[in-house]
Amino acid sequence: MRDPDFLENKARQLRIDTLDMILKAGSGHVGGSFSIAELLVALYYDKMNLGKGASDPDRDRFVLSKGHANPILYAVLMDIGFAPKEAKDTLRRYGSPFQGHPDSTKCPGLDCSTGSLGQGLSIATGMALGLKKQGRPGHVYVITGDGELQEGICWEAFMAANAFKLDNLTVIIDRNRLQLSAPTEVTNPLDSIEDKLRSFNFAVDSIDGHDFEQIFGALDKKYEGKPHCIVANTIKGMGVSFMENGVKWHGALPAGDEIAEAYRELGASYGK
Amino acid sequence: MANKEATRFGFYEGLVELAKDHPEIYCLDADLAKTTGSVAFQKAFPERYIDVGIAEQNMVGISAGLSKVGLVPFCASMAVFVAGRAFEIIRNGVCYSRLNVKIVGSHGGITAAGDGGSHQCVEDIGIMRSLPNMTVLQPCDSNQARLIAKLAYEIKGPVYVRTSREPMENITSLDDKLEFGKVQVLSEGKDLCIIASGMMTCLAHQALEILKENGIKASLVNIHTIKPFDRDGVVAAVRKAGGRVLVCEESNMVCGLTEAVASSLVEEDGIRISHVAIEDRFGQSGATGELLEAYGITKENIAAKAMELCRR
Repeated sequence: MRDPDFLENKARQLRIDTLDMILKAGSGHVGGSFSIAELLVALYYDKMNLGKGASDPDRDRFVLSKGHANPILYAVLMDIGFAPKEAKDTLRRYGSPFQGHPDSTKCPGLDCSTGSLGQGLSIATGMALGLKKQGRPGHVYVITGDGELQEGICWEAFMAANAFKLDNLTVIIDRNRLQLSAPTEVTNPLDSIEDKLRSFNFAVDSIDGHDFEQIFGALDKKYEGKPHCIVANTIKGMGVSFMENGVKWHGALPAGDEIAEAYRELGASYGK
Repeated sequence: MANKEATRFGFYEGLVELAKDHPEIYCLDADLAKTTGSVAFQKAFPERYIDVGIAEQNMVGISAGLSKVGLVPFCASMAVFVAGRAFEIIRNGVCYSRLNVKIVGSHGGITAAGDGGSHQCVEDIGIMRSLPNMTVLQPCDSNQARLIAKLAYEIKGPVYVRTSREPMENITSLDDKLEFGKVQVLSEGKDLCIIASGMMTCLAHQALEILKENGIKASLVNIHTIKPFDRDGVVAAVRKAGGRVLVCEESNMVCGLTEAVASSLVEEDGIRISHVAIEDRFGQSGATGELLEAYGITKENIAAKAMELCRR
């Protein structure tokens, strides 16, 4: 479904659901969830082949390597009927399928436990390799953070993806330019990610990660015999003006008047 | 097979045999095929063999991914690099989700002699034992290593198998029935119970002769399943030997078999316990024999410790 209104409404609703969940939980990662809203909508509501449902072994897979952004993934999984909607208020609670970081043994439809940065990318590489070895269909999509790329295992995985010519693997890098403590370029510079990935023999597209036309333009490209990397230039906290590009909104929650203002900017009322 | 062979080779002989009927079995290595023994699988099933290069963390991550799409990966490196360097990926990538991934750590202990302490792993047993959802296996000889390959496959979940570089005489048979999670009583004796694992079981077996010459009848219990630990089996074996127990392991006694046995016996009365183990220190370079002597990993030291225990 590529109707612009549908896509934009989905992204807006997912941000609202995410804020609901995180406020209820009292903690969670808003900024990095909001930066990937459009990417998740493009994947789960159009690009990915979800087959006959969560347990279909031949459907496409998604790995959220930046596992801390999971509230918005839970919002997707509930909306598409993979995860139970009644669990919405249980994020980070004891016994919840919605653990603080993704636990695939507890949450139906979640393709991989993540949270330890870099690990999801490595596992996704193994999934793509395993599917290819068995001659099975199924494309593997993975979203990593940009700060996450400071983990060495990411580059081990990039080398392997090239070595095994994994053209059934698409790595999307959420390039919001902020990590927990500071801008990435202050802590441990990553520019140019595009050049780095090209030198690892990836096919690289660099896009505006909030523009559906550009997202689909990149996702629709096919590269034979090469892994694909999409550098999605995004805004951390996208959708709520006072959160956008603010390093504090990695883990902080809106408080007081900020709450109503955040909902208002997302086109909703607090508590509705 | 040769009568004297290292478990690192026996294990892959067993796995190659098993893999003939199981196309889902894959082997991974990090550029150490000849070292770990996985070269045997590479030759037999090149299309199911994946060398990830010198990248142990990614090897474990890729193995986790393979298991997620229905394959059964066995990934190997020297114990210090896979159990050590890749620990957190084993924890969060494999054990946390209880994935069906087998980790093979070769050169457990100090017998990577010439390579020095950087390559000798005395901590892997302790590290792997501490992981929830993990099973830890260690064969005592190459015959048992063949059987352990099958056992590791049959367990649906994470397994760590520790193999050794040192060729030892086979003391077990390929016809043995390996009971998962149970102690294996190799000989009976009333004076003391020797509990050992890995190549230490072979050395302890040799020590039985020395003890016999000195009028001591020791039982010998082999621990092939280090986790889950057969607490009841240990208690029963130690009770039968009058409460005297000597634990023999080629790993750090801290968090190793010594502590596993000791913790099984804390509620028992009248226990006298001693150990032959690595005493919380790193290895170093040397000729194998010289090194084993220096660290007390010999049949003579086992016999001496046993006799000392019998005098207590």
